[in-house]
Amino acid sequence: MSDITTNIGRLRLKNPVMTASGTFGYGVEFADLVNLADIGGIIVKGTTLHPREGNDYPRMAETASGMLNCVGLQNKGVDYFCKHIYPDIKDIPTNMIVNVSGSSIDDYVACAAKINELERIPAIELNISCPNVKQGGMAFGVTSKGARSVVEAVRKVYDKTLIVKLSPNVTDIAEIALAVEDAGADAVSLINTLMGMAIDINRRCPKLSIATGGLSGPAVKPVAVRMVWQVAKAVKIPVVGLGGIMTTEDAIEFLMAGASAVEVGTANFIDPAVSVKIAQGISRWLDDHKYKSVHEIIGAV
Amino acid sequence: MKYNKILTVRAVEQVNAGHVLIRLTDDKTLPKPVPGQFVQVKVEGSPSTFLRRPISVNFYDEESNELWLLVQLKGEGTRTLATLKADDRLEVLFPLGNGFQQDVKPGERVLLVGGGVGVAPLLYYGKYVKEQGGTPLFLLGAKTKADLLEIDCFEQYGQVYLTTEDGSAGEKGFVTQHSMLDRAGFSFISVCGPKPMMMAVARYARATNIPCEVSLENLMACGLGACLCCVEKTVRGNVCVCTEGPVFNINKLTWEI
Repeated sequence: MSDITTNIGRLRLKNPVMTASGTFGYGVEFADLVNLADIGGIIVKGTTLHPREGNDYPRMAETASGMLNCVGLQNKGVDYFCKHIYPDIKDIPTNMIVNVSGSSIDDYVACAAKINELERIPAIELNISCPNVKQGGMAFGVTSKGARSVVEAVRKVYDKTLIVKLSPNVTDIAEIALAVEDAGADAVSLINTLMGMAIDINRRCPKLSIATGGLSGPAVKPVAVRMVWQVAKAVKIPVVGLGGIMTTEDAIEFLMAGASAVEVGTANFIDPAVSVKIAQGISRWLDDHKYKSVHEIIGAV
Repeated sequence: MKYNKILTVRAVEQVNAGHVLIRLTDDKTLPKPVPGQFVQVKVEGSPSTFLRRPISVNFYDEESNELWLLVQLKGEGTRTLATLKADDRLEVLFPLGNGFQQDVKPGERVLLVGGGVGVAPLLYYGKYVKEQGGTPLFLLGAKTKADLLEIDCFEQYGQVYLTTEDGSAGEKGFVTQHSMLDRAGFSFISVCGPKPMMMAVARYARATNIPCEVSLENLMACGLGACLCCVEKTVRGNVCVCTEGPVFNINKLTWEI
């Protein structure tokens, strides 16, 4: 049986498949439908310093091989998370990772510092790439300077594994990744959603309340694979790949492109147990192809 | 407890030009849904249908071990569902959501108002109300006589009052114009249908001081409270229709009624 354990910096994953932020709630929503312990890591919903109501409905539009969303980081804030959600999830036997977002550097820092105090949260994923909030979010992720400044500031207060989630809505994602690496990130994850739009032609208006939203699902996968491949060649830190992964074969593409682990996102909406099916599928595929370890295929292309 | 099961199609019946009834079963006893809950159906064989389709539980019967879905043929996904045949398999995530008010006391007169395919969850709920010793009164509306759904099924559980927009069956007009509403005496009202209709009934309920709940059908992706796409504004802020609904008391919503 092949070895499918992998590492993201100091973080050890029992298998390379995690669930992407905003697609798996806090894990508990899926507990009836999948054995949470069999997932490599669960990245919980984007958390901000202050509560956010998110954007107005409608927030979702189905598109060809994917969907657009403009949720806008609806969450109850980090204090609520620490007090009311953390106690319910801290004993889930996998890596529980918090996605941290903000609209100013001070907000990111304050939020990360609070999560740093939570013993059973071994890592954060810093979201500098949300396309659905007016200020902040992606604003930090689209320039090297902005990305560097927020990661440097968070690094000073956060001493566990720091993963930075990158935006694909940039000219050169490898340049941003290098800036983030230089600022002290332990890993990068990519891609967040691609900014898109859909129009209701009968009503002559956008389908989403704020007109634009983030595109996810298989539609974005080739773009994501290409970006993971480019970034993995550029940086020395581990890369976590995501974007439209629906199957075992999709995940293996990302691993071969250079990802040390992957995140499954939108696919959770269609099959709540897909993350574990993919993890088991990777193991089987490695066995079938006589690999001893997943590391033999990471970056193989 | 929620389940993702691959169920067996027992039959697909054409109800009228725009609707089919899918009767599902399983080798094992199907989990019993609460009336007003819904399922998420995985559509196979329709390349343009990416997400599951949320469909309310039309009926559930322990004896025949059947779960009924009354489906409006709206797009390619639902039209693909309509091509299912007996013994085909269908992946169904259920039961989801909260359901209608379960506290029904013997002797209570409960008004169940449905419009279009919104009548679907009221059949199973009407049966429940009757089983609790209540009296379900169905007020059902549609565009024309041909658009009315499952009337004979509803008649098994209670008095049915009809309206059609063209007057081809029942009283002419909208459900809120039906003369039966003048007699009142309802313990509470449960509504499912197009939003303007639900708002009109909610206005009647508020004016006559009768408790009222509505079943919403906001666009959703996961059905599990994870994607936060299906939110409705409430007095407590945005909440997921899939987990905190689909049924809401009108006093919890921020509708201008």
